Formats: sequence, structure tokens, C-alpha cells
Amino acid sequence: MASLAGITTRSGLSHAWEVLWRARRLVERNVMVYRHQWIVILSGVAEPIFYLVGIGMGLGGLVRTVPLPDGRDISYTAYVAPALLATAAMNGAVFETIFNVFFKLNFRKTYDGILATPMGIGEIAIGEMLWALMRASLYAVTMLLLMTALGLILSPWAVLTLPVTLLVAAAFSAAGLAGTAFLRTVQDFDIPMGLIVMPMFLFSGSFFPTSGFPPPIQFFLQATPLFHSISLIRGLTTGLVGLEQFWDFAYLVGFFTLMMVIAMRRMERKLIK
Amino acid sequence: MSAATAPPAKRSFANSLRPATHLFHRNWLVYKRIWYRSLFFGFLQPFMFLAAMGLGIGGLLARTNPGAFGSVGYISFLGPGLLGATVMQTASFESTYPIMNKIMWGRNYEAILASPLSTRNVVIGELAWIGFRIASISTIFLGVLAIFGITRSPLALLAIPVATLMGLGFSSCLIAFAATQTNDIGFSWVYRFLINPLFLFSGTFFPLTQMPQPVQVAAWMTPLFHGVRLIRGLILGTLDLRAAPWHLGYLLAFFAIGLILADRSLARRLAS
Repeated sequence: MASLAGITTRSGLSHAWEVLWRARRLVERNVMVYRHQWIVILSGVAEPIFYLVGIGMGLGGLVRTVPLPDGRDISYTAYVAPALLATAAMNGAVFETIFNVFFKLNFRKTYDGILATPMGIGEIAIGEMLWALMRASLYAVTMLLLMTALGLILSPWAVLTLPVTLLVAAAFSAAGLAGTAFLRTVQDFDIPMGLIVMPMFLFSGSFFPTSGFPPPIQFFLQATPLFHSISLIRGLTTGLVGLEQFWDFAYLVGFFTLMMVIAMRRMERKLIK
Repeated sequence: MSAATAPPAKRSFANSLRPATHLFHRNWLVYKRIWYRSLFFGFLQPFMFLAAMGLGIGGLLARTNPGAFGSVGYISFLGPGLLGATVMQTASFESTYPIMNKIMWGRNYEAILASPLSTRNVVIGELAWIGFRIASISTIFLGVLAIFGITRSPLALLAIPVATLMGLGFSSCLIAFAATQTNDIGFSWVYRFLINPLFLFSGTFFPLTQMPQPVQVAAWMTPLFHGVRLIRGLILGTLDLRAAPWHLGYLLAFFAIGLILADRSLARRLAS
């Protein structure tokens, strides 16, 4: 970081580019580490597929159809699939940033080593996020191919699903990075997982519409980032695109920015003493 | 316990029990610091799952297919299934990473075996501990089911030992597996390709009749299927008395085989 002090006069954009360029080294490092464990990443592809087949076929045969806000009835499988895509993006990003970053931060001290190089906190945060995005895009592409094969893509708007899924993954990996710096022991994982990730997974309109809940609870549920992720992705694959989806998008961009700022601050405080 | 005064050790099962209590006690001392948190999440998770899936999907079913689960409703179908699935997941987790930690990372067993405890004592102590953990989880879960009004028979209390037996089957087999592994990558496979598919396809979330015939046949062979059948029958008071001995026999055999495998596998690993 010290070597950068003299060249602060250059423009913000080229500085940002330099950070991004250096951050690629962290991605390279993670690729090297996973070279012997690629099977772990690949097996993650299977999870949303199992859920789609299990929940879609098993419960879908019983539930049959779900009403959309515009009055159409769609098959339960077509209703659940985009939610599983959003959830896969969230889980991939959160697991990568919370668990793996926690170990690198506290036990393996990987970042202490990295900070001795020209890389700083920004490069670490962005590098970890880029890596999480690469993982998430692998899962998203498989899921989209499967949805296409099963005829669950109901609208041409679906071409935007991939970039939106990456935004979702970026938002959650920033949130994971922000959160992990607050955790102290392995047992603390229960708190973000049990009190935030799992309830969101269950109640954010993934398996059934939130409209069945009383209004105050609906209001609370609709404030969660996963609700907006699901609403946006489901809107794209079912062709329900309107003002509401624009707000979902704006919410996710805002959430991403806020979490990124918190993550950088917390990591800095944790690493630079 | 000096060698001169100790009676000649008989290699019997009963002799393995008393030293194993020390391992149980050791695990309790470690767990004591987090038990309240573990009980809290043990309660919260089934509560949320039942509230979300049971009521949410139950609501969707009421609209399109009200007769799908007869008079009992979806939540009553799901509740006992989730109990079985949760026990399987907890037993599996407790028998993989913590065991590998004690073999390799923390090397606790190395220290333990320097004391008069044998590997058989270790296996029995660990299984007793995991059995205690899943029995307490089943009890809490049953309480949650009672809150939702799902328990319909006093026989429901028997679901606790049945769930514990099933969990011990998973536990012993996975301890045997963990003792053969040199890193934790194998566990990712077990979770992704064994535990999760069982969770989804063993009649927990929906009746197996929804699935094509080959999937049904495969599911009949799994321990979770037999466990869930028994647990659901006991809790809802719909136990099929002719099939029950077969389900129970399967679970007993599963545990017996697991026990032998775990005993051998851990002895082989720790001897080297």
C-alpha cells in the first residue's frame, strides 16, 4: 500500500482498474488451491438440480399450479426453478465468502501474507468476490440450461437472467465478506446461517408466495435481499417485468454497494492493526 | 488400573462400556459451553421449516388439490418426515468432521489411546454420545410437532428411540467411512450425493408415489425411508403393524453392520 501513496494523483477510474488487475492474483491463487479439489466445486452443481427434480416433480405433481400476480397460473416447477437459481447464487456466494474467508482470515492467516505484497484490502475483497462470482456463474449456467431443457423458461426476458444472477451473487458475497469479519469462533456460524440465511431461504417467496402472510410480516419479508433476488429472476423467466422488477434491481445494486463499503471497513480494521 | 492388579481383560462388549463413559464425559465437557445455543437452533429450525413448508405449501395445496393428503393435511405428513431427516443430518454431521478432527487435525484419539481406553471403547463412547445428541434433538422436535398439533397417538414417544436407532445406523457407517479418509473432500461427496438426495427422495417432503417406479424402488432400499415410515406411523397413529417389524429389522441390521464396520475401520486407522 505504501508504494501507492505517491501516485494518488491519477484518476479514480484508472486506480480502480489497477486494483481490479492486481485482484486477479487472488483469483489465480484460489484456482491453484482448488485445482486438487475441483470436484467439490463441480459437485455443487448437483445440489440445485436435485432440489429442482425433487421439489419440482415431487411436490409439483401435487401442488400443480401457482397463481402469478398478473393472473396467470404457472406450473409449480416453473415457479420454484427461478427461486432455486437465486438461492443457489446466494448459497454459493455466502458459503465461499463466510466459511472460506473466515478460515483464511483467522486460522491460515493467508491475508497477512498477501498484504506483505503490493496487494491491499481492496484487492483482497474484490479478488474473493470475483472468485465467488466465477463459482456462481458455473451454477447459474447449469441451472439455466436445465430450465431450458425442461421448458421452464417462459419468456425471452430470460436472456437477462445470467447477468442478474451475477449481481445477486455479488451482493451476497459482499454481505458475506462484511459478515465474516464480525465472527470470532466457528460456533458463531450458527448465527448468520440459522438466523439469516435459512429463514430467508424458507420465507422469501421461494417455495410459496409471501401474499399468504399478514401484512406486517409481508412487509418485513419483502425487505430481505433474497426476496428481491427471487422476485427479479422469477420476473425475468416468467415474463413478469414491470416497475416492481426495476425496484428489485435498484435494491440489489444499493445492497451490494452498502455491503461492499462495510466489508472493506471491517476487513481493514481486522487486518491492519 | 496398573497392569499387575488388573484382572485379565475379557474382550467382551460389556467390558467396553465402562471405559467408554469417559469418552462420553469428555464430549459432554466440550459441548457444555454451547449446549443452550445448540438447543435453541434445535428448536428453531424445525419450527421454521414446519411453519414455512407446512403452512405455505399446505396453503397452495388447499387451493389446487385439497384432498392430496387426506384429512391430515400436508403439515402432518411433513412433520414426522422432517424429524427423521433432521436426525439423519445431525448424526451424519457429528460422525464426519468432528471424528476426522479427532483422528487427524486435533489428534485427540492419539492422546486418548495412550490412556487405558481401546479403539472399541472410543467407538462405543462416540456412538453413545451421538445417540444422546440425536435423542435430545428428537425429543425437542417431537415437542415442536406437538405444538403444531401433529402428534396424534401416545405411541409418538416411541418415535424417539426409533429415530435414535436410525441415526446411529448413519452414524456408525459414517464413522467407518471417516476413518478411511485422509482429507474432508470425501465428506462433500457424501453430503451432496448421499445425504441430500436421501433428504429429498425418501418420502420426507412428498409421497414416493409421485416418483417414477425405479426411483421408488431405490428409495425402498434406503434407511431413511424405513425410519421415516416407522416414525410417521408412530406419530400419526397410522402404523402398519405387518410392515413395522421389517422396517425395524432393517434399521437394526443397518446399525449392526455399521457398528462392526466402525469398530474395524477405526482400529485399522488408529493402529498405524
